[in-house]
This record gives sequence, structure tokens and C-alpha cells, in this order.
Amino acid sequence: MNLHAELEVLETGPLALLEDLGRPGLAAQGVGRSGAADRGSFLLGARLLGQGPAHAAVEATYGGLSVRARGSVTVVLTGAPGPATVDDRPAPHAAPFLLRGGQVLRIGQPTTGLRTYLSVRGGFAVAPVLGSRSTDTLSGIGPAPLKPGDVLPVEPPVGEPTVDVAPVADPTEGVVVLRALLGHRDHWLADPPALERQTWTVSLHSDRVGLRLDGDPLERHPDRTGAELPSEGLVRGAVQVPPGGQPVLFLADHPVTGGYPVVAVVLEADVDRAAQAVPGQQVRFRLQRR
Amino acid sequence: MTARAVLLPYGDTALIVELADLGQVLALHEAVTERRQGGGVLGLLDVVPAARTLLLVADTPADLPRLRDHVGALLRAWQPPEPGAPIPSDGPTVRIPVRYNGPDLADVAGLTGLSPAEVVEAHTGQPWTVGFGGFAPGFSYLVGGDPRLEVPRRAEPRTRVPAGAVGLAGPFSGIYPRSSPGGWQVIGETDVVLWDVDRDPPALLQPGASVQFVDATTSGGVP
Repeated sequence: MNLHAELEVLETGPLALLEDLGRPGLAAQGVGRSGAADRGSFLLGARLLGQGPAHAAVEATYGGLSVRARGSVTVVLTGAPGPATVDDRPAPHAAPFLLRGGQVLRIGQPTTGLRTYLSVRGGFAVAPVLGSRSTDTLSGIGPAPLKPGDVLPVEPPVGEPTVDVAPVADPTEGVVVLRALLGHRDHWLADPPALERQTWTVSLHSDRVGLRLDGDPLERHPDRTGAELPSEGLVRGAVQVPPGGQPVLFLADHPVTGGYPVVAVVLEADVDRAAQAVPGQQVRFRLQRR
Repeated sequence: MTARAVLLPYGDTALIVELADLGQVLALHEAVTERRQGGGVLGLLDVVPAARTLLLVADTPADLPRLRDHVGALLRAWQPPEPGAPIPSDGPTVRIPVRYNGPDLADVAGLTGLSPAEVVEAHTGQPWTVGFGGFAPGFSYLVGGDPRLEVPRRAEPRTRVPAGAVGLAGPFSGIYPRSSPGGWQVIGETDVVLWDVDRDPPALLQPGASVQFVDATTSGGVP
């Protein structure tokens, strides 16, 4: 085996998954793209290690991940920052560092944001499924969620880290403001701009499929009450309104199609910030004119 | 008279085309695929056919204007099939042996006014065509079956429908690729594997293929 090092998973926290940029192009087969929920943070990790986005990272949800290195490996943490340590000494955020054989890296609960990415130089030697190492939590395609005792082999690195530290803005602690365009089914709702007139709260039932938002229900247009919309394709960022009126903002593992009206679609550049919103955090939409 | 296809924006990274029916969706999907293979559609990341819409996802927001121009040009030159025209089946025929012992067979008989045996005859009496996927990997909405089999979904969805369950809902028939919750009227079961990630392509039923259900209890195909 030409393997360079390994990471042994000691603890996973609430959910730790391998994710890359997903498997686009298979929607007609019923397979969604999946991939890192916060793509920007994932890509930053790859860039800081001087490698392309083909390698998967560990996406740790709300901290609690700890790994022990077997052999030395260069790693970087991006996304939600928190109290990370290497053998009880503070580890940097958004700056690559060397994890020596035997050292334990622990990622604590984020101070802001929800999802932290652990990228390794060389990438994890895990077999791709349909061209991606991403776990799709909706369809079950891809590697199983990480569990204590798992050993992740690391490939020998190519390329050199190019940047010492990246000046990136941390996810906000306050209200997450998301720009959005009205959707093509907004006329199914009585008052589509009501979406931006209130502050929504991220529900505990949110996951990689979508952010579930609590607030005053968005009511159906009287002409459409009880009507059924034939299922149609969904995108990441689509804000769908089921009959109960509480919107769902779809994230990486959204279903390929859905049968409820899409009132608005969050701009691509803002979806990553939605993916870092923590249950209980507040969200506002700002509707953009085309 | 041919209804016009309507091209609508869908956020800053996608477009959706509204069409008259599934036949037009499949025809446009094919036209887009052909044009794309010829290099005439650039910046297209994914395509999602559904009952009356075709969603086109661009690689990035910056690719959307060009994609909109290319798809707009294609639509202006496109001759859609007449709405309501039967869906052409251009693929191979896939034979699916079914044991017609489903828990909803009696209800479907009641809803359609047919006897259970007549439901089986209607389901196997003419081939279905693979329309579109989307509900789960490997699941296909099958169309073009016997119109007498049009039934509503179950009032109460089941929390668990087993893999291989053969169901009916609205004008569609379908087979559950893996165990999942579901609201379709289950009339039978098959051992055919619909989805296998180690197969290329992983989905057994590809859009346009013809599906012939066979009564396994009388054909001797599968005991």
C-alpha cells in the first residue's frame, strides 16, 4: 500500500460525513447532487492545501469530531470556527497545520455556524460512488456516516500548501440575511412578499436536506387551495412551501423533484450561509428584483 | 393547435421550461441532449425532467445568460409533439415478472370497477413507457398504461413499502427500488433489481424504455 497516513476516528459528534462537490448530472436517474453543504468553505480547505476540489473532506456537524493521526498529515479546518485542539493545544482555523503521528485533533462546538470541514493534504483514499465520495443522506448513496473506530486512509500528497492563512468572515451569530429571487410558482401563494416581511427561526428539524423555517405560515392563494402541483425539479436554494405554510429552504441533499410551490430561490452565493445557520438562529429574506 | 413552451427563470442558476404534457417534456429532453452532444448547449450542469416541466441547471450563475440564449434558440426552432400524443417508446423492452399479491389489489379493483384478475390483465395487457424519475434513485414514473387503471394515491401513506413493490397512482405505475415510505396503491411485487450503483447506468429503467409487466404466477417466469 502506497498510503501516506491514516486518520482514526475517535468521536464523531452529532454527524460527521465525507463530502466533496457531489455528483451532478444524474438527476434524470433520480440521484441528487449532494456534496458539501457549505461549498465555499469546502473549496477554501482544498485551496489552502494547494489541491483541487476532487478530494473529499470531513463535514462535522456541530463539532464533537476527534481523530488521531497515524503518520503525519497536513490538515486544515474551514467553515464554522470553534475551539479546536491538537493534544489540548489550540489549533488554527483556516490555516493549514501538521498533525503528527499519534496526535489527536479535537473539534469543539462551533462558536458561530454549524458545519466545520476537515480537509487533509492528499485527500482520503475512499472509493467514490457514482463519481463522488459524498454521502447523500436522503438517498443513502455514498460512504456511510463516520463512526468511532473508522480509519480513513490518506493518499500521498501532490502539490504544496500555498497560503498560510485565509482571511475569511466567520458565519454570523446574528440574523442570517439571504438574498432571493421570487420563484416561478409564487402565484400559488396569497402574498409572496410576506416571505421577506418577517423574521424566520431555523427549526430543530433542519438537516442537510433543508432548513425548516418557523414563522407565520405563508398561505396559499385562495384559487390554489387544495390544488396539487405536478412534481417538478428542485434546486439547492429553492424555498418550497408545503400546505402547512412553513417554508423549507433546500440544501445539498434536497430531493430531485418536489410537488409543492417554490415561492423564492436563494441566490447561489448565499446558500452556503444558509447551510451554516444553527437551529434557533433567525433568518430573513431580501427579495431581489430581476 | 400546439401550446407554446414557456421558459421561466428559476433563481440565478437555473431555468424551467413549462410544457403541455409529459410527451413534450421527453421530446424536449431528447432535443436538449442531442443539441448538447453537438456542442450547441453550453454551461448546462444537470437536467431534471418531470411531469410537465424540464428543469435546466447551469454550472454557475455566470453561465446562466448563455444557457438561456442557447435554450431559447433551441425552443424557437423546436417542433413539439402535439399535446396528448402517445408517448413514443424508443428504447428496449424490459420484462418485469410480478407476483400480483399486493395489499391494495382489492382496493384497486373496487376503485376501477374491475375484478382483481382484470386489474392484472390490464396491467400486463399493454407495455408501459418509462417517463421520468425523481422520487428516489432508480424509481421511474411509467406512463401509457391502460387508462382504466387510473386510481388516486392511498388516503393514508404507508410508513414502509418494501423494495420491489409494484404500485399505481394517478396515471402512473411504478416500482419501489428500495424500502421507503409511500402512498401508491401496491398491487404486486417483483424481484427485479431496479437500482444498482455497480451497474452502468445504475437505473434499470431508462427514459423512453418500454416496460412489459408479466404475471409471474401464470407465466412460469418466477415462482
